[in-house]
Amino acid sequence: MEKRELTCIQCPLSCRITVSGEGDQLKFTGNQCKQGIEYARQEVTNPTRTLTTTVATAFPDFPVLPVRTAGEVPLGKIFEIMKVIRAVQVEQRLKPGDVILENLAGTGTALIATADMCEGVNATAVKL
Amino acid sequence: MAAAAAAAEHGAEVLLVDRESRPGGILKQCIHDGFGVIRYEEKLTGPEYAYRDVEAVRAAGLKVLNNTFVLDLKKSEDSFSLLLQNPDQGAFQVSATALVAATGCRERTSRQVFIHGDRPAGIFSAGTAQNLINLHGYLPGRRVAVLGSGDIGMIMARRLALEGAEVVGVYEIKSEPSGLTRNQVQCLEDYNIPLHLNTTVTKVHGTKRVTGISVAAVGADLKPLAGSETFVSCDTLLLSVGLIPENDILEPLGPEFDAKTGGPVVDQRMMTSVPGLFSCGNATHVNDMVDYVSESGFIAGKSAAGYVQGGGKRGSLKVNAGKNLLYVVPQRLITGEEAVIYFRSAKTMDRVTLVAQAAGKELFREKYLKIRPPEMQKIVLQPLPPEVESVEISLGEAT
Repeated sequence: MEKRELTCIQCPLSCRITVSGEGDQLKFTGNQCKQGIEYARQEVTNPTRTLTTTVATAFPDFPVLPVRTAGEVPLGKIFEIMKVIRAVQVEQRLKPGDVILENLAGTGTALIATADMCEGVNATAVKL
Repeated sequence: MAAAAAAAEHGAEVLLVDRESRPGGILKQCIHDGFGVIRYEEKLTGPEYAYRDVEAVRAAGLKVLNNTFVLDLKKSEDSFSLLLQNPDQGAFQVSATALVAATGCRERTSRQVFIHGDRPAGIFSAGTAQNLINLHGYLPGRRVAVLGSGDIGMIMARRLALEGAEVVGVYEIKSEPSGLTRNQVQCLEDYNIPLHLNTTVTKVHGTKRVTGISVAAVGADLKPLAGSETFVSCDTLLLSVGLIPENDILEPLGPEFDAKTGGPVVDQRMMTSVPGLFSCGNATHVNDMVDYVSESGFIAGKSAAGYVQGGGKRGSLKVNAGKNLLYVVPQRLITGEEAVIYFRSAKTMDRVTLVAQAAGKELFREKYLKIRPPEMQKIVLQPLPPEVESVEISLGEAT
């Protein structure tokens, strides 16, 4: 592996960590604590993120529904997952936590709604 | 919602007035995650975080008026009179003993950063772009430049990249990003979006639609360097150039303002200089985390209930933002009561000590390995003895 420089985001110190070496022989410099090593190892071997985006809906008063992956997914698969999400249209009014898709692009992770669609964006005088 | 729930919990009769049709404020369009890390020890998205408060407000059975605007505010001896308007009831009066202003903040616009050139379509504040994409499903552009490296700007750069737009670059006039490091890594580096520090947009090109921008390197005085100007082709310019607390509706009441925060001066109960008028969240000062916004809301709501029940104590001793501090909130204190204090450093500093002192006596001390202006800090000050007249909080070399 070529040398890689990362900024650790585990604490406000924001250490610049340089990772070099291969496989089990990764070498870390610049970190000021052990958390930095764990962070950098994860980032160079299998970086994962929670993906947040929106899906189209069938409801003109709530045209797009905010969603997220139920857990973290590989960073490298994000655009593949976006392609899957873009093909979906939500046909029911959902609530946060409702599952929209299972096993996104083979990751084993579900796509869930994060907003409450039951009150339309353009509804008037909504009482809680 | 935090203030309303807290006021109700402490025995007050509460009316929650919101100009929007759905509760949650700006959280509705902040679909990214990272909310609730302190309050829930979870990384929620904005709508999920808001939903928890909506459920709490629902469970408490609070009266809520949506689509309702405040047209005017007046204060008489012991109550506030509000002129409200909504599509159902027209214009009508409501009176209240205490008022909590949780009106949030608004974005600085292109007129406030003095960009020269034409005024074509395609210039958006980052928050407007966020609203269009996340609530309405419109992509505001295909080839986008972002001025300013505030958190919303970086988050929108990622959002646009995810939706298939090309983000040509983020331009920051200062020598370091103005948003959180986490966003720099996960929004820009993850998507190979270039961040240009010490660089600003000097001109917008285009007549009907933006066709490009001129960018230039800046010197230490933040002025563009002669001869460094280059043309960048794009159809959209997003501005992420800072937030300002929104308090226009309070003007008729005339509370004292703090020029450093842009919000009203408050004490630790979040009461302003107008008795019975409370302020919280981003209307008091721009917070970096929603958890602190809600926290100040809870304090304001609880205090407002206390005020209604006759606990009208008012903070008079001054808290001064001393050396290396950008600001301190609250700016006034009541003695004999614990105080949650929020502050920001004036610059990035390593290994510093925060000291709070009154009349030469040290009240509080805390060490920080690193402190940056984008990251707000919080301390809790123990009740002060009655003879204290002012408190000075400052940052200095670690000792």
